[in-house]
Amino acid sequence: MPKSRVLVIIPAYDEETSISRVIKGVQENIADADVVVIDDSSRDRTAKLAREAGARVLSHCANLGPGAATQTGYKYALRHSYELVVQLDGDGQHDPRSIRDLLDVLENGSCDLVIGSRFLGDGGYEPYWIRKIGMSFFAALTSLILKQKVTDSTSGFRVLNREVVEFLAEIDYPSDYQDADVISLAHFAGFRIREAPVIMHKDTSGKSLLGGVGFIRYGFKVLLSVLVTLLREKPSRERGI
Amino acid sequence: MLLRQKVFTVMLSMGLIILIVDLVRRRRLREEYAWIWMLTGAVVLILAIWRDLLVFVTRWIGAELPANTIFFFGVFFLILINLYFSVKLSTVTDRLNKVIQELALLREKLENRSHRKQE
Repeated sequence: MPKSRVLVIIPAYDEETSISRVIKGVQENIADADVVVIDDSSRDRTAKLAREAGARVLSHCANLGPGAATQTGYKYALRHSYELVVQLDGDGQHDPRSIRDLLDVLENGSCDLVIGSRFLGDGGYEPYWIRKIGMSFFAALTSLILKQKVTDSTSGFRVLNREVVEFLAEIDYPSDYQDADVISLAHFAGFRIREAPVIMHKDTSGKSLLGGVGFIRYGFKVLLSVLVTLLREKPSRERGI
Repeated sequence: MLLRQKVFTVMLSMGLIILIVDLVRRRRLREEYAWIWMLTGAVVLILAIWRDLLVFVTRWIGAELPANTIFFFGVFFLILINLYFSVKLSTVTDRLNKVIQELALLREKLENRSHRKQE
């Protein structure tokens, strides 16, 4: 049985340089939460360091991608009856000091899913121009679908309640990117989505899925996913899609 | 079509069909994938034996030579079979994801249980 009602899930792949720092940051800022790291078949000491830092570790025996790793975390949360799930990246980009704010928004803001936006508040995040164009495009597209303003659809810093976790654990969740398409799916399933400001640091690892040619692949993939999401029968909470 | 060409094509398609049946027999190829290759062998066999059909199809699609028809359908078939395998691959990938996720969850449960026993 879980000791806490909040589970923090951290998908990680080759994050030995940052994982201990991220876990400690979470523990300092939200001491009453359990932390689980989903090690996506890292080639380095990510799993070992995560255990030493006090997190539980779920190890994929093959690399599936950050989306699939996140979904493993959802499944874990569901099986251990957690009420709230916080997800953040293991590379240190998402500042754990913002977790409490996101949880407050979820608990007081009558919504089911809170997306941490780097562009709200005074986070001071300034992406490269090419990424900025892409991010703005997908934010505008997501805003159009949701019929509400979304400023950061590519943010993986999120807080979800149990109903959303239950829904996302059951669907054909994308293995890699989990952005506009997942938000759209959650919206069509009837979940209420809000954004809240978070502190986000620049990705200096060079491992970003949106770096170089990856950005073009990302654009095509997410655009296609959004398009087929619009064409498919609307998902229901009970049976997923 | 020259007799030599006809014999060569019939032998080739018969060889393909025999190879497929043998692969299924030895459980190297699943029945669910065998049908698409059997169909290929059968189409080649029919076109080799029944020249008039090949000529009719050539006229019908507006090709110049029967050889063009063969090449056209050959390339078209390869595209189709690639698409078919992409679909199958997607299904297998989904299943593999679920298995790996489940394995990770079960492994953690086992480790947790053994830790508790040790304590």
